[in-house]
Amino acid sequence: MLSLVFVNLFRNKLRTFLTLASVFVALFLFSSLGAILDTFQAAADSGSRERLAVRHAISLTNFLPGFYKSQIVAIPGVKRVCTQTWFGGIDPQDRKAMKQRFAVDDDFWPMYRRDFTLVQWSEPQAAVSLPPETEPHLAAYWMERNACVVGADLFRERGWKLGQTIHLEGTLFRGTWDFVIRGVYHKTEDGTWSDDLILFHNEYLQERGLGGRDLVGVFKVEIPDKSQSAAIAKQIDVLFENSDNATLTQSEQAFGAGFISMFGNVPFALRMIGFAVVFTILVISANTMVMAVRERTSEIGVLKTLGFTDGAIFGMVVAEAAILTTGGGLLAAAVAKFGLDHAPFPIFNTLTITWATVLTAVGIAIGLGVVSGFIPAWQASRLRIVDALRRVD
Amino acid sequence: MAFVEVIDVRKVYARDTQQITVLDGLSLSIPEGDFVALMGPSGSGKTTLLNLIAGIDQPTSGSISVANTNISRMTGAPLAKWRSENIGYIFQLYNLMPVLTALQNVELPLMLHRMSGAERRNRAKLALELVGLGDRFDHYPRQLSGGQQQRVAIARAIVSDPRVLLADEPTGDLDRKAGEEILELLERLNTEFKKTIVMVTHDPHAAERAHRMVHLDKGVLSA
Repeated sequence: MLSLVFVNLFRNKLRTFLTLASVFVALFLFSSLGAILDTFQAAADSGSRERLAVRHAISLTNFLPGFYKSQIVAIPGVKRVCTQTWFGGIDPQDRKAMKQRFAVDDDFWPMYRRDFTLVQWSEPQAAVSLPPETEPHLAAYWMERNACVVGADLFRERGWKLGQTIHLEGTLFRGTWDFVIRGVYHKTEDGTWSDDLILFHNEYLQERGLGGRDLVGVFKVEIPDKSQSAAIAKQIDVLFENSDNATLTQSEQAFGAGFISMFGNVPFALRMIGFAVVFTILVISANTMVMAVRERTSEIGVLKTLGFTDGAIFGMVVAEAAILTTGGGLLAAAVAKFGLDHAPFPIFNTLTITWATVLTAVGIAIGLGVVSGFIPAWQASRLRIVDALRRVD
Repeated sequence: MAFVEVIDVRKVYARDTQQITVLDGLSLSIPEGDFVALMGPSGSGKTTLLNLIAGIDQPTSGSISVANTNISRMTGAPLAKWRSENIGYIFQLYNLMPVLTALQNVELPLMLHRMSGAERRNRAKLALELVGLGDRFDHYPRQLSGGQQQRVAIARAIVSDPRVLLADEPTGDLDRKAGEEILELLERLNTEFKKTIVMVTHDPHAAERAHRMVHLDKGVLSA
């Protein structure tokens, strides 16, 4: 009977193709929206519970005074504090690329030593003494004011070379900025950063971008005993609560989630759009099946006359709808999962789509078929033979 | 008991608030192997009686037995199964599936029986050869003449070897020559293969092929 289902499915090829295409587009959109949500979630999940993030209490875009560092590091239980300031900037060679660039201080590297592995580095011109627990191959980076370390993916993608000077146009910090590549990192398996960052000296940013002012975007605080995290976070906020620049201290994970919350209700809106798309395609698919069954009323009467049961007719119509939508859904999920990386639009390259989202899309496709096929299948199965044979369309 | 036994059958249709009596206490006995022509004017209840014997409609009252099975109270899947095993139905307008070839159309009833695809195809081919269409297996209905399409429909009706063939004006849409061929085929199925045939027709010439003519008028037997 499956052969009969396929024959019926392709009896009106144009209609089948158009329905399949609409299911594909809708579920691709659903998967892509899911990818955006997945990416948000991945950002929220990144970060460690053993590290705290200290930001300005008013907004992430407000700077904190750099001298807070020495006060924070003096709190018992704090092992190390580093600074991290968002730079932004535009790559003139690839203006649409949305890569992250941060100015970091010297304590950043030992704090994140387990997150990065240096895979390429320049040799230093002279011997240099590095801070304890710092990767020794960062020596050349250390010695050069405008040196930077870049992620391996970005390095490969742009075809850069070690020692090359790259130029970025400042956005938040105006002017053209030159950076010399002195190292290439690769994120470790448990690393919380992606492989496409540009990291450079905080001093360079302060001198050129902040007019020598000692301002910082975020402090990261390393707490060896994570059971003390909540207490230390509170201590930090209490320490600065009566100053002009009160702080908000969270775990690094919560900080990531808070960053996402800057998008307000965007995730909720995306979910609603996704559901609206799915509902629309449900109506389209159901309409297709109702038309298909209506055109075949007398044929259904003939099949029942031959001895096909109501259940068999019901199953055939539902199967036809399910195959139609599942085909479109599988195609959409596959393109979303494996095609987004190669999309011509840079924004898609940065999206991560999880298998859970892929399976959800496929599950929705199957569900759409069953639901959209249910009413016409029910009508077909309940059709009286004499009524079906009497009807001439 | 006769092979087909219709006892005091009434069939009343409701149309809006009106009750229309199509068959009114009709009784009829048809022995096994008979070839009966049901005649009568339009609206006399011929096709309704045929549908009741086929088990595709149910009487308002009375009983119908076919091959020792009382089908008047059977419903759903058991009735569908009984139909697939006992009844071959031939429609006036052939009612073939336009998207299936002649062979695939004939295979349809066999999908309800446990058998391999190869066996199904072989039996369908045999049926098509029996009706003289051994060279038209892969033709679609639109590629066949009316007479050929009706022969495909007859092959579909006999392929599962039912004991009763019910034909609703099988020559009504055909020219005289094609109609004659169909009638000859039905005669052959009756004499050679011992099929019990009940045929609805308006055409006295077609009815002459039957062993017996039964006239209906306003839902009752008239002569």
